[in-house]
Amino acid sequence: MSGVFSPTRAEIKERTLRTDKWWLQPAITFGVLLSFVIYATFRTFENKNYFAEPLISPFYSPCLSASCEPGTVLAIFGQPFNNQYFGIGISPALFILIFPLGFRMTCYYYRKSYYRAFWMSPPACAVAEPHTKYTGETRAPLILQNSHRWFFYIGLVFNVILTWDTILAFRNAEKEWGHMSVGTLVFIFSTTMLWLYSLSCHTCRHTLGGRLKHFSKHPIRYKVWTVVSALNHKHPTFAWISLFGVAGADIYVRAVASGAITNFYFF
Amino acid sequence: MARKLNLRIWRGDSTDGGLQNVQVEANEGEVVLDVIHRVQATQMGDLAVRWNCKAGKCGSCSMEINGKPRLACMIQVASFGDNETITVTPLRAFPIIKDLVTDVSFNYKKAMEIPAYAHPDGLAPGDARMEQVDVERSQEFRKCIECFLCQDVCHVVRDHEENKKSFAGPRFFIRIAELDMHPLDMLKNRKKTAQEEHGLGMCNITKCCTEVCPEHIRITDNAIIPMKERVVDIKYDPLRWLGSKIGKREGIV
Ligand code: SF4
Ligand code: SF4
Ligand code: FES
Ligand code: FES
Repeated sequence: MSGVFSPTRAEIKERTLRTDKWWLQPAITFGVLLSFVIYATFRTFENKNYFAEPLISPFYSPCLSASCEPGTVLAIFGQPFNNQYFGIGISPALFILIFPLGFRMTCYYYRKSYYRAFWMSPPACAVAEPHTKYTGETRAPLILQNSHRWFFYIGLVFNVILTWDTILAFRNAEKEWGHMSVGTLVFIFSTTMLWLYSLSCHTCRHTLGGRLKHFSKHPIRYKVWTVVSALNHKHPTFAWISLFGVAGADIYVRAVASGAITNFYFF
Repeated sequence: MARKLNLRIWRGDSTDGGLQNVQVEANEGEVVLDVIHRVQATQMGDLAVRWNCKAGKCGSCSMEINGKPRLACMIQVASFGDNETITVTPLRAFPIIKDLVTDVSFNYKKAMEIPAYAHPDGLAPGDARMEQVDVERSQEFRKCIECFLCQDVCHVVRDHEENKKSFAGPRFFIRIAELDMHPLDMLKNRKKTAQEEHGLGMCNITKCCTEVCPEHIRITDNAIIPMKERVVDIKYDPLRWLGSKIGKREGIV
């Protein structure tokens, strides 16, 4: 018997005496994250309906493989991957999936969420966890959480690409500039939220100023740090909204590309 | 207006114990500590309870109220429903002494393991000068009243007795962060020892310490995560490591 049931501790048989609905928050997190994972997996392997000129789904951007639909390929990257390896067809989404996925998986906020909701370590505060051993993030695989800053940098590159996709959304299906559709708004929202999510990141806060010992010697970085710290306060909110934003953009592109709806143009 | 309150109080010691029901009068504006004192005065003369200031500033009256680590002197009786039974137990992460009193010496031992502030050589005590912006971050951590509620709730030790050897706990992570961010502190290996000796890597940033802190210190966001990032700087970031070898940055010391 370990933990709260250790022989030296006050003898109480309940694993928690909390009377509030402590299980609600982890249950919601579990449901929402699991739904996202299921949807994202389905979309990654679907390998169609990811492009409707000028809108490209964020799950498929940048599109890097030989099978990418015409119009989705960015000139600076080209098409370095084949559409199949060892006779198995591979969706273009798979080549890039690891980056946004790794960014979110190693995010300090998502770590908190899934450690609680999925691993129940702990399920909620002062609720005994079911595991007998615990080593935290000190050994493999969890020590790899320390790679978050690399995913953060790559995430910034992705933000630039998705910003470019958003700029392209100001064209119409005939590639003429100066137009705006519902899709444009959907993309602006999704991309803005992604930027806010990245800028409010703890690694961003650390890199831009947090690592300093003497703010007084770096007045500009101190200012930037102050702003990012304020955003950082809202990081969990941005984490969720940006997740919904990306999913929403993909759902919209899929609906337009499959012909279920038409992308309404304001002008 | 006085009301009748149903309490369940844990009574016992290290050999055995259990929850006991009592009914007690509560007056308007009273806190849980008040009614515990009334129980002690009228029904359980030998009930052990620790307290001092009754103002949320000494950190003595830490206990668990309806399963949550709280300061008993800061919880209004009025925050509970009329028919609600309030369960009061000692802290569940530390060895029990008697009734609501636990042995918190684990925390004093951990405090002694953190190296003290190291003043710059040759700088006379009266000559030290610091800018406000440089000490601001550390000042948040100085609000700590050492109630050890964060230490109690932290699952790393609450749920794993064996981790107590190797884990300093959130209260001492803010101490390490305070010193590592201190503009004059000269000790250079705080990041390395935080990770290798004080168990920073055991924390999985699930934020329960922050949730219970009565001083609202943002322990996880402002101390633990920044320290984890500083550890990455010296241990898990090859570019920074290389920079330190070339001599431009603070290295692995
Ligand atoms: S955030 Fe870390 S230190 Fe704080 S309670 Fe959770 S595991 Fe413990
Ligand atoms: S950090 Fe907060 S919860 Fe922890 S001992 Fe200090 S005041 Fe108490
Ligand atoms: S902490 Fe969440 S993205 Fe970096
Ligand atoms: S008695 Fe001092 S904090 Fe409660």
